[in-house]
Amino acid sequence: MIEIESLTKKFDDLTAVDNLTLNVNEGEVFGFLGPNGAGKTTTVRMLCCLISKTSGNARISGYEIGNKEDSLKIRKLIGLVPDNVGLSENLSAYDNLDFFGKIYDLPDVQRKESIQRFLEMLDLWDKRNTPVGTFSKGMKQKLAIARALIHDPQVLFMDEPTANLDPEAAKTVRNFILELKKEKKTIFLNTHNLDEAQRICDRIAILNTKLLSTGTPEDLERAVKGRRTVIELEQVTDATAEAVQKLSPTNLTIEGNKIMFDTSDTEKPNWTVVEAIVLAGGHVNSVNVAGSTLEDVYLKMVEENK
Amino acid sequence: MRISKAWIVAVRDIKIFSRKRYVWYTLVLFPVLISVLFPVVIQYASDRTGAALIPRIPMLLDAFSIFLIIGAAFVPVSIATYTIVGEKVEKSLEPLLATPLTDGEILLGKTLSAFIPTLIAMSIGGIVYMAGMNIVTYPMLDYYYFPNWNIAAILLILMPAAIVMSVEFSVIVSSRVNDVRSAMNLGIVMFFPFLAIYIASEIGLITLDSYTYLLIAGGIFVVDVALFFLSTKLFKREEILTKWK
Repeated sequence: MIEIESLTKKFDDLTAVDNLTLNVNEGEVFGFLGPNGAGKTTTVRMLCCLISKTSGNARISGYEIGNKEDSLKIRKLIGLVPDNVGLSENLSAYDNLDFFGKIYDLPDVQRKESIQRFLEMLDLWDKRNTPVGTFSKGMKQKLAIARALIHDPQVLFMDEPTANLDPEAAKTVRNFILELKKEKKTIFLNTHNLDEAQRICDRIAILNTKLLSTGTPEDLERAVKGRRTVIELEQVTDATAEAVQKLSPTNLTIEGNKIMFDTSDTEKPNWTVVEAIVLAGGHVNSVNVAGSTLEDVYLKMVEENK
Repeated sequence: MRISKAWIVAVRDIKIFSRKRYVWYTLVLFPVLISVLFPVVIQYASDRTGAALIPRIPMLLDAFSIFLIIGAAFVPVSIATYTIVGEKVEKSLEPLLATPLTDGEILLGKTLSAFIPTLIAMSIGGIVYMAGMNIVTYPMLDYYYFPNWNIAAILLILMPAAIVMSVEFSVIVSSRVNDVRSAMNLGIVMFFPFLAIYIASEIGLITLDSYTYLLIAGGIFVVDVALFFLSTKLFKREEILTKWK
């Protein structure tokens, strides 16, 4: 659906996006992670044909960005939720959506139906005639998403859709994105929120001007070593310590009543070790896997790239 | 360039600023001032000076008519700056730029949204001005001074050209400032060339006849063309998103 090859954007001497290559599949929710100034918004703007590329290529549904004729076709295929909601505050929710529906040539009946469907879906139908300026941030964000979807785009670009929202509004927006995921919409999600990316995205790319890594959240976690199983016992006896040492887990350390070792499988701790402890008469209080979450991966990669 | 698309933008913009009270004040106040104040001034002067005023009436009416052009240059500033700077402030330009509209269609839409209300308001003002002046001056002149070729040139050529000039100048100003008030303050610069023409006619430097109006119209068209190229150069997606303040 989205193919990017060596895409680069320079603003005078500043390289905002450097040699970016990645693909986004149809129906996929693709998370784009990176610190401020990493080039996430610039990438989205290039893909939405809002700004030109310096070099490289990118295609959306086979249409080439940077080609004047294809640019108009791409803009028909996509929907954009920018980092600022950018609604006309003096107009009502209905009028905001109606305007965009007209721009995308939606016939009257279809336009009215779409507006009603989205406003009802997002609990804004009762407020349809209220000026948007009186809406809360969460309501505005929901309306901005509805605006981007009014013409049923193939690809939805979302730039920090839950930034600056309270937890409840952020959850509503996230749930709505998950609903769109069920409808197999291709979503390109710029976010700072690692938890959100992990919960929503099928695949994630980490960018800091250059592409640092890409893969499923689980792939990325596996990519960085340092995830450790921590088994807390009532007491570590000689028998339990010996039982664990016999299994030779990697980087075994025993501190107080805790036994720790590297985890090979990020999904679950090593149950063989737990079983050995129990058979040796140990009483297990808890078993946890610590370290190397997506956050650790992200921070490590970004730090290394500085 | 699809005019229908530009029209959608224009209708939306008119809908937005029609809810702004100050835009209504500007649209109504200036035409009302011109169409009511100047006939009252002539009536007052006639009452005070009597027949001595009669030979000067044609010159005064032509000079006062310049204010229709001044109004045409002044009124759209508030609308044009609001439609662009207002969108900058609300950050609503980016989603608009991400639609299949071309830069030219958006710019034309915004130009129309300032041009049409101003032209309607100033044309009504002009008609009321002509009627008022005719009523006041007929007893002195013994003929209706308006309509004549001079006022036709003002209403049909100079006023629309001045509105276009003002809107294009406002686009340029809007690309460099971040609040509506500053944009309006800068846009008022449009007022001065026409005020200079008025003063020049009053002190006898120029005579406001058809030839002078043609020269003024020629000058405005040259400025219109120059500002058109500059404004279309500035009103490009990449410029707006990366270089506009």
